[in-house]
Amino acid sequence: MTIEVDRPQSITRLVGFSDPDREVWARVLRHPSVAIGASIVLLLVLVAILAPVLGTVDPKAIDPAYRNRSPGSVHVITAPDGQQTTRTFLMGADTLGRDVYSRVIYGSRVSLIVGITVALISTSVGLAIGLLAGYLRWVDVVVMRVMDGLMAIPGILLAIGLVAVWGAGLATVVLAIAVPEIPRVVRLVRSLVLTIREEPYVEAAIAAGTPTPLILIRHVMPNTLGPMIVQGTFVCASAILIEAILSFLGIGIPTDIPTWGNIMAEGRQLFRVYPHTILFPGIFVAITVLAVNMLGDGLRDALDPRTKSP
Amino acid sequence: MLVFVANRLLTVVPVLAVVAVVVFLMLRLTPGDPAAAIAGDSATAEQVAEIRSKLGLDQPIVAQFVIWAGRTMRGDLGESFFFKKPVTALIAQRIEPTLSLATTTIILAVLIAVPLGVLAAYRHGGVLDRCLMGFSVLGFSVPVFVIGYLLIYIFAIKIHWLPVQGYRRIGEDFGDWAYHLVLPSLTLAVIYVALIARMTRASVIEVLTEDYIRTARAKGLTRRAVLVRHALRNAAVPIVTVIGIGITLLIGGVVVTESVFNIPGLGRLTVDAVLARDYPVIQAIILLFSYAYVQINLVIDLAYSFFDPRIRF
Repeated sequence: MTIEVDRPQSITRLVGFSDPDREVWARVLRHPSVAIGASIVLLLVLVAILAPVLGTVDPKAIDPAYRNRSPGSVHVITAPDGQQTTRTFLMGADTLGRDVYSRVIYGSRVSLIVGITVALISTSVGLAIGLLAGYLRWVDVVVMRVMDGLMAIPGILLAIGLVAVWGAGLATVVLAIAVPEIPRVVRLVRSLVLTIREEPYVEAAIAAGTPTPLILIRHVMPNTLGPMIVQGTFVCASAILIEAILSFLGIGIPTDIPTWGNIMAEGRQLFRVYPHTILFPGIFVAITVLAVNMLGDGLRDALDPRTKSP
Repeated sequence: MLVFVANRLLTVVPVLAVVAVVVFLMLRLTPGDPAAAIAGDSATAEQVAEIRSKLGLDQPIVAQFVIWAGRTMRGDLGESFFFKKPVTALIAQRIEPTLSLATTTIILAVLIAVPLGVLAAYRHGGVLDRCLMGFSVLGFSVPVFVIGYLLIYIFAIKIHWLPVQGYRRIGEDFGDWAYHLVLPSLTLAVIYVALIARMTRASVIEVLTEDYIRTARAKGLTRRAVLVRHALRNAAVPIVTVIGIGITLLIGGVVVTESVFNIPGLGRLTVDAVLARDYPVIQAIILLFSYAYVQINLVIDLAYSFFDPRIRF
C-alpha cells in the first residue's frame, strides 16, 4: 500500500512560494517598469557600442565651415573633381563646427561608463563596509559615525571638492561621484545585516563553528543581493546625472572628450540662438536617467513586494 | 524633555567633527605637494615654501588640524588665494542671493507640492495621482540646468515675460528682486516638488486608512476639514523630515541654478573657486553648507518633539 504524499512543490505552491528563483525572475521581467526601463537601457548600451556605425563622423573633428548649423540642415559638398556629396547635420553643429549628433551618440559611452562604474564601486565598497559594520559591533560605532558625517556633506559639493583636489579626468570624476554614494549603501547594508544576523540559519552556522568571514560571505551577503541591485540602479542614475552636472559646470570630464555635459556646457554661450546644442544632449540625459530610475523602481517593487510604494 | 534636547544636541558634535576632518583631509589628498598645487605651475620654489609655512604645512598633520579647527571655530576661514580677501568676507558678500533663492524655492515647492500630494492621495489611483507620480519620476531624471534653459527659452526668449538671467539685490528693488527670482526658483523647485509631493502622497495615503479618519468623516466633517485638519496634520512628520533631508538636493541644485541664471551667489562662487583652485574657499563653502544642513535638520527634529510629544529619539 502506498501512502499519498503531497510533493513538496505542491505544498509550497499552496502557501505561495513555488520555486523561488524562477518565480522572482518571472515577476521581475513581467513588471512594466522593468520591461520599459531595461529595454531603453539596452538600446542605449547598443547605441554606445555601435556608435561608429550609426552614421556618425569623428565627434572631435572641428570644421569652421560648418559652425553653428541648425538641426536638420543639409550641405552639398562639391569635391574638386565635380563629384557632389551631401552632409546632413541631424542635430546641427556647435560653435566649432562639430557634428552634435555624433557627439551625442559618442557621449552616451561616457555617461554609461560613469554610471556603471560608479554603481559598481560604491555598491561593492559600501557592501564590504556595511557587512563589517552590521556584523561586528565594535566596528559599527566608529564606521557609522563617519558615515553620518559624510552624509551631512551635500553629495554634489563633496564630489565638486574631490574633483577640485584630484584634478579633472574620467577616473577622478568616477571616484569623486562614487565616494558620496558610499555612506548610503553602507547604511542600507548595515540595516539589512542587523536583521539577517538574527536569522536561525546564521545562528545555526555560528553553532556549527563556521568562521565569521565565511558566515558573512556565504550566509549574510547573498541575502543582501536583491536590495543591492536596486540600490546600484539608483546610484547609477544619480551618477549619470551628477557627471552631466559636473561637466556642464566645466569641472568634470576634460572638455576634449565628448560627453553630454560637455556638449551642453559648450552650448551655453549661444543658447539664445542655438538652443539645440543644449536640448538634444539634455533629452538624452533625461531619457537615460529616467530609464535607469524606472528599472530601479520596478526592481524594487518586484524583488520585494512588501516595500512596494503605495 | 531637557535630557532629550541635550542628547539630540550632542549628536551634532561627532557629525560636525567628521565633516571637519573630511574637509581638512581633502586638501591633503591632493596628489603631490599641496603647497605646490596651491601656488600653481608658475610659482618659484620660494613662493611654494612661503605658502607651506603660511599654511603650517611643515608641521605634523595632527597639529595642523588642531590649528585649522581652532581658527575655523573662531570664524577665521582663511584667505582666498584668488580674490586675495578673507573667505568670510567673500561669503558674506555672496550669501544673500543664495539665501534668497533657497528660501523662495522652499516656499514655492511646499506651496505647490503639499496640496498636490494631498489631492493625489485623496484620489489615489486617479488621473492626478498618476500624473503626479509620472512627474516626480521625471523631475528626478531631468538635470536641473536643462529645466532651467527650457524655462528661459520659453518664458524669457520666446514670450518675454521674465528676465533671461541676472540678479537684483533685495535692498535695491524688491519687485525687481522677485521678478528675477521667478525662473530660478521654479527651476530649482522642480526636483524639490517631486520629492515633497511624493512623500506627502505616501504619508497621507497611509494616514487615510486610520480609524480616526473614518470617524471624522462619519461625524460629518467636510472633505477639506478631514484632509487638512486630520490627515495632513498627522502626516506632517515624514513630510517635514523629507523637506529637511531634501536640503542636500537643494544645495546641489543651487550651485547649478546660479550658474545657469548668472546669480552671483555661493554656488557661482563654488564653481569659480574650483576653476581657480581656490581651496580655502571650497573648504569654507563645503563646511558652511554641511553646517547649515546639520543645523536645519537639528531644528526640525527638535520641532517635532514640541509638536508631537510621542517622539523621542
